[in-house]
Amino acid sequence: MSLLDYLSAQGDRLLGLTLEHLGIVLISVGISTVIGVALGVATYRTEGPRRVALGVTGIFLTIPSFALFGLLIGPLGLGGGPAVVALVMYGLLPIVRNTITGLRSVDPAIVESAQGMGMARYRRLFRIELPLAWPIILTGIRVAAVIIVGIAAIAAVVNGPGLGKDIFRALARFGTPTAVPQVLSAILGIIAIAIVIDLAFVAIARLTTSKGIRA
Amino acid sequence: MTTAPAAAPTDPMIRLERLTKTFPGQARPAVEALDMDIAAGEIVVLVGPSGCGKTTTMRLINRLIEPTSGRIFLEGDEVTKVNPDQLRRRIGYVIQQVGLFPHQTIADNIATVPRMLGWDEQRIRARVDELLALVGLEPATYRGRYPKHLSGGQRQRAGVARALSADPPVMLMDEPFGAIDPITRDRLQNEFLRLQETIRKTIIFVTHDIDEAIKMGDRLAILREGSKIAQYDTPERILSAPADDFVADFIGAGASLKRLNLSRVRDVELSDWPVASVDSSRAEVLAALRASDKGAVLLLDAERRPARWVSGRELQREDGPLSEMGLPPEALVQPNATLSDALNEMLKSRYGCATVIDGAGVYQGNLDFATVSAAIQEMRRDARDRSRAEADEVHAAGEAGA
Ligand SMILES: Nc1ncnc2c1ncn2[C@@H]1O[C@H](COP(=O)(O)OP(=O)(O)O)[C@@H](O)[C@H]1O
Ligand SMILES: [Mg+2]
Repeated sequence: MSLLDYLSAQGDRLLGLTLEHLGIVLISVGISTVIGVALGVATYRTEGPRRVALGVTGIFLTIPSFALFGLLIGPLGLGGGPAVVALVMYGLLPIVRNTITGLRSVDPAIVESAQGMGMARYRRLFRIELPLAWPIILTGIRVAAVIIVGIAAIAAVVNGPGLGKDIFRALARFGTPTAVPQVLSAILGIIAIAIVIDLAFVAIARLTTSKGIRA
Repeated sequence: MTTAPAAAPTDPMIRLERLTKTFPGQARPAVEALDMDIAAGEIVVLVGPSGCGKTTTMRLINRLIEPTSGRIFLEGDEVTKVNPDQLRRRIGYVIQQVGLFPHQTIADNIATVPRMLGWDEQRIRARVDELLALVGLEPATYRGRYPKHLSGGQRQRAGVARALSADPPVMLMDEPFGAIDPITRDRLQNEFLRLQETIRKTIIFVTHDIDEAIKMGDRLAILREGSKIAQYDTPERILSAPADDFVADFIGAGASLKRLNLSRVRDVELSDWPVASVDSSRAEVLAALRASDKGAVLLLDAERRPARWVSGRELQREDGPLSEMGLPPEALVQPNATLSDALNEMLKSRYGCATVIDGAGVYQGNLDFATVSAAIQEMRRDARDRSRAEADEVHAAGEAGA
């Protein structure tokens, strides 16, 4: 059976799986962003906590994904829950790192003049520092999204949603005529998601970055 | 903000009392027991070598850093303990790097403090345009631009507009023109001095450049390490009577020359050079020359305008009419020229002498090195006398008050 035949026969089901996959990626990236930016904001000004944040999230990324998903079955069981938790963990490092880098690269003279005008700490953070760090933070989120799209396929080991399910099913009955097209079509779906997400980030970057700091 | 309980008219706008800052881990204070009064409407320049604590002093005044000890008064109120953000909105702050927010338009930058103060948008828009015009940036052109589209000089102007936005009584300017090329800097300095004529703010201006200090300051505080005041006085008096070797060194070998920028030809006594009419006889001219100790005579025409310079040698050795002998008049200066300009002309002249003429070109007198030197001595003596008289006055007032 050719890939095209497979796609035409299984199109609707594949589209469903792709949307599921996209959904879990978006949820995970969203949660990872909230936690990662918060961690970055909380730690960028002090050396010790900054090292801890980067060290811990760095370790997350080195845990083999198969092992991490497996480890999470114990406390969290099967399904979408452990899948999202694992994916959020994988997305944290690039977001925390870029948030810290971005905030630390804001020209101190700008922060000093904001402070010198009587701008209080939170207003300064939200009006000045985060907007100026935003292009770098956004790049971190984009890297996190790309990592998560790939690793999300492995979420099928904990019975998570997405295209990974098809890959695991096909691998389980390798040798049958539809196995190869099934794997290939799942991979195609993942690539399509990665491309869509990348394009979306280009658009988001344009829409959310001030003209004054765009390259 | 609490309003001052009707400050006495003699209250300084800013008073620093034993202000001290020791940074953690440093043996010597960056600012040590600084006492200073700054009168309303004056530009006081803090000038001193790099690292002497000027920036630290400024940051203490708007409480970007907290003093180790000492007190700060603004318009008679002690502000050492008030909410620093509220305090800062009463103090405009301009730094060398300007620190405009690059992601905001010039209008939004200038509107920063008014927005924090909750002004309505219409009032803010009007204020932004007013300020842009005030600092010489065409509002329609510049309000929507981003900082990256402005030149260094324009950014500095926008920075000044932003600092003025809520009309603070006090401005702190830390080397505001330090990063700007000399020609633009000169223009910005002049513009700022003109602006100050209208706004009459109390300004503390920091520089490490003594020439800028002399130009900008109504009063200079020459600081040495630890922000200790070596001398606090008008530029004239600091140049004429440096308090000690540190000040003399800091104002440099060119101090006398700088002082010459502060006085004008009309203020000095001109010297006696022999003059004669261009129509007189050679013998009369020679007699005039012999009666003086100079080597040349200035011949004047019928309207008493300088006509020729002739030397004794030329008179004795050359034939021909006096009106063609010697040199044409040179180094002509008017009474409102500065002594520095006059000296410059003198140096280029053959006899080391500048000739002063009035607006109609009529001879007023001559100016030579002896004149300039005497003028410098005079200024120095005056300045010393005045400092002494003032010290006595303060002393007397202190005793009367006791
Ligand atoms: N935040 C700081 N922490 C420690 N030392 C500082 C700090 N700021 C300034 N200093 C020190 O205080 C002294 C005065 O510095 P500064 O006020 O910047 O001098 P200036 O502006 O006159 O060049 C210097 O020795 C400098 O190293
Ligand atoms: Mg400095």
